[in-house]
Amino acid sequence: MSQQAEVNVAAGSAASPFDGRLAAPVEQETGRRGEAITLRQRKQRSLWGNAWRQFRHHRLAMAGLVVFGFLVLATFGGTAIYPLEIDELDFMATMAAPSLAHPFGTDALGQDLLARVLWGGRISIGVGLVAAAVAIVVGTAIGALAGFFGGVTDSALMRLTDLFISLPQVPLLLVISFLYKDAFYNFFEDRTGDGTVGVFILIVFVIGLLNWMPTARLVRASFLSMKEKEFVESARSIGATRSMLMFRHILPNVMSPIIVAATLGVGAAIITESALSFLGLGFTSDVPTWGSMLLDGKDNVEFAPHMALFPGAMIFLTVLAINYVGDGLRDALDPRKTQ
Amino acid sequence: MGRYLIRRTIISIFSLVAISMVVFGILAVAPGDPLSGFASNPNVPPELRERIRATMGLDQPVHIQYVKWASAFARGDWGQSYDKKIPARDYIFSRIPVTLGIVGTAFLLGIAIAIPVGVISALKQYSLFDQLSTTFAFIGFSIPTFFSGLLLIIVFSVWLGWLPFVFDSQVSGFWPNMRQSIMPITVLGLAGAAQLTRFVRASMLETINQDYVRTARAKGLREQTVVVLHAMRNAMIPVITIIAIQIPEIFGGAIITEQIFRIPGIGSGLISGIQGKDVPVVMGITFGVAILVVVFNVVADVLYAVLDPRIRYS
Repeated sequence: MSQQAEVNVAAGSAASPFDGRLAAPVEQETGRRGEAITLRQRKQRSLWGNAWRQFRHHRLAMAGLVVFGFLVLATFGGTAIYPLEIDELDFMATMAAPSLAHPFGTDALGQDLLARVLWGGRISIGVGLVAAAVAIVVGTAIGALAGFFGGVTDSALMRLTDLFISLPQVPLLLVISFLYKDAFYNFFEDRTGDGTVGVFILIVFVIGLLNWMPTARLVRASFLSMKEKEFVESARSIGATRSMLMFRHILPNVMSPIIVAATLGVGAAIITESALSFLGLGFTSDVPTWGSMLLDGKDNVEFAPHMALFPGAMIFLTVLAINYVGDGLRDALDPRKTQ
Repeated sequence: MGRYLIRRTIISIFSLVAISMVVFGILAVAPGDPLSGFASNPNVPPELRERIRATMGLDQPVHIQYVKWASAFARGDWGQSYDKKIPARDYIFSRIPVTLGIVGTAFLLGIAIAIPVGVISALKQYSLFDQLSTTFAFIGFSIPTFFSGLLLIIVFSVWLGWLPFVFDSQVSGFWPNMRQSIMPITVLGLAGAAQLTRFVRASMLETINQDYVRTARAKGLREQTVVVLHAMRNAMIPVITIIAIQIPEIFGGAIITEQIFRIPGIGSGLISGIQGKDVPVVMGITFGVAILVVVFNVVADVLYAVLDPRIRYS
């Protein structure tokens, strides 16, 4: 997204006020004398380029990104390479400690834990990503509408947000997933042949719909302050429609806090899903997720502690990595910290 | 202030009504007819089942059921527990002491750790101490209690054999109770401390750079006086309101931790209520927590105004 300085000014591009302000004082290329043209064609740093440069300096955040990337690759691609299946029973080796044949050991039925941890990771990480996406999309939409339109829309949407905030979220989460799980399972099994999809959708939406409120408040506040800015006024004066104002002009300028909230939301959603499965209120027992494996591990903790240690460590590692990435993003996207 | 309180109270009542409608609605329209609970027992002949349903008002539309439930709840009648065959309120209240003992102690432990650690971290920003406490805080809120609890059980109960890992509410005496409470309290206390430490540190960092703190230093006050009387007094205002907001969580119980250590508190009561489709118990706990949340939100706002004279509600 590198633009020439002149083009930027002439076109008055949408994100330019923010870009211009955020871009670090452009270093003058110390070209040889007489090459005036290079002075005007120097590369301008973009917002995202800047953020990335900042982010790279945050060692723990980079480490978090590498670890999370590795976990995603391992869980989504590893099952293809790893030879053992998740439901291969080995009655000769039940609850066996880690060995060469079973690097993470086996569970009570002699199923290979590494295979199950890899497979379960897909679900846990998948739920985390999609649930956070649901929360962010809903929160951003409601916050943007409330902040942009103000008046009755604003107060109605904010009362709705207040109501959701004061709902007893944890009990509701448990109640809804327990009571509606079977219905979703059967509904999707009848239609698609795979009931797990239904449980996935239910869990993702319950987590998402109970967590959009902080984002909505954040986005509303940003919209309120942004819509009074001169660049919005100038965009309006050249005839930008309301949706153009919202999506092309204001939204790009309030992305930073949304991105940070989204990242941290993924970690929180992974923990929530694991907690649900750990309480036996999440996915059905034949679907391995990190939480349900931990539940199995809890019941056998006296004889086979490795059954709890490996899935638990995976949850911890994933969430820690995500939280460090979120922390790095917060620093990198904070304009006050840009060097 | 008086008018503000009245307005807040009225708004709170409205939001509680809305919350109760949402919760009741979710239970009422759920598939599998959970409201009828024991009436769906296959051993009950159909005619008797219909009679039970009729006396409970289950054959009436949802909004009538809701009004019946709400007026009974307002009069203190939380309904009869399907499983326990005793009033749901008695059942729930009987579980509060255990939860308060464990979760309440853990809450206090969390505060006792978070305030000094957060303040010192802020005073010595970027020092080794600060970096260590930041790292521990990150670990603390990335590690779910269901994993840290199991880790403690594996180390102290399975490997070392020092502590019992099943909570026994019949145990009496201080020391045996301490032995079985120490792991759940540690798990919850450290998790709470991790969150609060970051908050205390941030709040302290904000005040420590204020002009009045520099003035206090400039006029030659001892560092201790500056930190405790000038900086901390102001930095603690938002911390206290956060603590007030979190108090309902003590009563809500620690669902996961109570489940791991098999503590017979509110949290595990909720889980068994959900699994047994024991609607009066689930509704009682859920709505009871909702009431506390709303009340303590008002308390936090009022506290804020009392502690910070710059805040004036009108």
